Amino acid sequence: MDAVGHFFHAIPLDLLIIQTVNGIVAGMILALVASGLTLIFGIMDVVNFAHGELFMLGAYIGVVIVAATGSFWLALIGAALIVALIGAALQIVTLRPLIGRDPLNTILATFGVSLVLQNFALWWFGPTARRIPEPLGSSFTLFYLQYPWYRILIAGLSAAIIGGFWLFLKYGKFGVWIRATAQDRVMAQAMGIPVPLVYTGVFAIGAAMAAASGVLFAPLVGVSHTMGLDWVLKAFIVVVVGGMGNLGGSIAAAIFISLLESYAAIWVDPSQAVIVSFVVLILTLLFRPTGLFVPTPK
Amino acid sequence: MTSVPLDKVSPFRKMRLSHAAVFWIGFCAIMALLIIAPLVLPEFWRRFLTEILIWGLLAMSSDLLIGYTGMISFGHSAFFGLGMYGAAGALIAFGPPNLWLAIFFGLSGAAGAALFVAFFSIRLRDIYFAITTLIFSQIFYVIIFTWTAVTGGENGLIFSRPHLWIPLLYDARFTSTTMHWFVLAIVTASYLILRRVTQSPFGMVLQSIRENESRTRAIGYAVERYKMVAVMLSGLFAGLAGVLYAVQNQFAAPDFVYFLTSGDTVIFNVMGGIGTLVGPIVGAGFFQLMRDLLSRILGDQFPYLIPLGVIFIAMIIFLPQGILGFARRWLNK
Repeated sequence: MDAVGHFFHAIPLDLLIIQTVNGIVAGMILALVASGLTLIFGIMDVVNFAHGELFMLGAYIGVVIVAATGSFWLALIGAALIVALIGAALQIVTLRPLIGRDPLNTILATFGVSLVLQNFALWWFGPTARRIPEPLGSSFTLFYLQYPWYRILIAGLSAAIIGGFWLFLKYGKFGVWIRATAQDRVMAQAMGIPVPLVYTGVFAIGAAMAAASGVLFAPLVGVSHTMGLDWVLKAFIVVVVGGMGNLGGSIAAAIFISLLESYAAIWVDPSQAVIVSFVVLILTLLFRPTGLFVPTPK
Repeated sequence: MTSVPLDKVSPFRKMRLSHAAVFWIGFCAIMALLIIAPLVLPEFWRRFLTEILIWGLLAMSSDLLIGYTGMISFGHSAFFGLGMYGAAGALIAFGPPNLWLAIFFGLSGAAGAALFVAFFSIRLRDIYFAITTLIFSQIFYVIIFTWTAVTGGENGLIFSRPHLWIPLLYDARFTSTTMHWFVLAIVTASYLILRRVTQSPFGMVLQSIRENESRTRAIGYAVERYKMVAVMLSGLFAGLAGVLYAVQNQFAAPDFVYFLTSGDTVIFNVMGGIGTLVGPIVGAGFFQLMRDLLSRILGDQFPYLIPLGVIFIAMIIFLPQGILGFARRWLNK
């Protein structure tokens, strides 16, 4: 028991608080990525393998716009809009012909899309990582660290985008269409809702959310053509742990997993801290396969 | 089985040959071609053909899950990689390097991984199974990538090739020709075993799980147990492919455990035609040939996966049965 007590005393409180802040910031970005993924899954039954690539593409378009105009906020909006258009085009070309077929076909198709997009970025932008300068230079003192305000801003903006999206789903006309289609596709169509348009719109919105999180995240790490892979895996874990197609569950799971990972990073190397999220996934699958943050199904 | 099929679409109707005779004649002809091939092909294409066979074995192993049991595995890189690292471990730890020990250790590694993955993932279906196997293969990737002391981390492991040693009969260094024959023998044996398995009562149960899982359960089959065995079997053959790849190239690298290898495996399956066993080998060959052709036409700098990815997407939309899909029924008879 003494050893255990010693172990807990050895954790410095300041480090714990810093990692909590880090975890929440990472969790909010992850929530933004995962909510697009879970939206697309919930409405269209499509597991979007290309989601990480849309994230990456958003970051690259952000790099280009920042280089051309110097404005980060213009880049954020521009990247989201352009990737939304790309997403809509991808949905029309690759996913629309697959409606009505085995949903497994859509995994394969989006996997193919992700390969194409990733290699396109490698070919077009080259293998060297790009950078976007932080739009907010100032920082505040958090114990012994100069903590950049920008990270706090990311978390806030992500929360604002998710909140705005939630309001849109709740009160917007298109949002009501989306929810109706999610509940009952056939009935929605019978009531005059243009379901194919809803599908394309949902994919575009999900793509825009991925792109926005890509631009927001780009100043923290470099922009490279492989940056999407890690995120799509994490987002998959979040979506399964949160309960597939459940928006609130995904957001809770994103923050939960990011917090666990950043606490684990106190003791082990960050590349090994990923294993914590794998363990969470395994435990979820074993004991609560419908998802951690959803009410128990009756 | 010897009666002539009355099926109108069968092109062999006029020939008055039984299905089995046509199948085995075709089989022998292709085998003969593959046996002669290394004697006439130049070195580059000889190695190329051997690699196609190895990738084909990997793809064929996952066809047992994708095509026959209806479970898309995105985690075959884990079995392949564990086979590779198992073989590498045996070749480094025991001197002189022994081929059969490498195979034994590689298969044990793959079986361990398959047991672990199967235990957690068999209760899941469709996309859940696909995502879970994907994430599990990433667990193995992270472990292999970060456990530098044992696996060599990012650099992987390099080792010397064992002798081709058949007890009491043969003992010599591998040449690229004998390597090809050795790989061919193992791939052919695996094909025949897998073909037998898919036609056995066990294989029939797997196919009925693919068609309707709840009905199969209702009839009284222990679906989970069948799926477990299917994943294990598939993992073993994938591990065998990993061992062959390690012996052929004399290195093991974490890149092969990364999920892009699993993605390639699925692409081979879809391109060649799932549920045919030989289709995935054809798919692997088609993919590698296209890759070589494209990098010759477009130059080494151009990422070949852009046009290949477009071809892949087009095939999913317009030719979901794959190249050999038209012969699926005939091949499984």
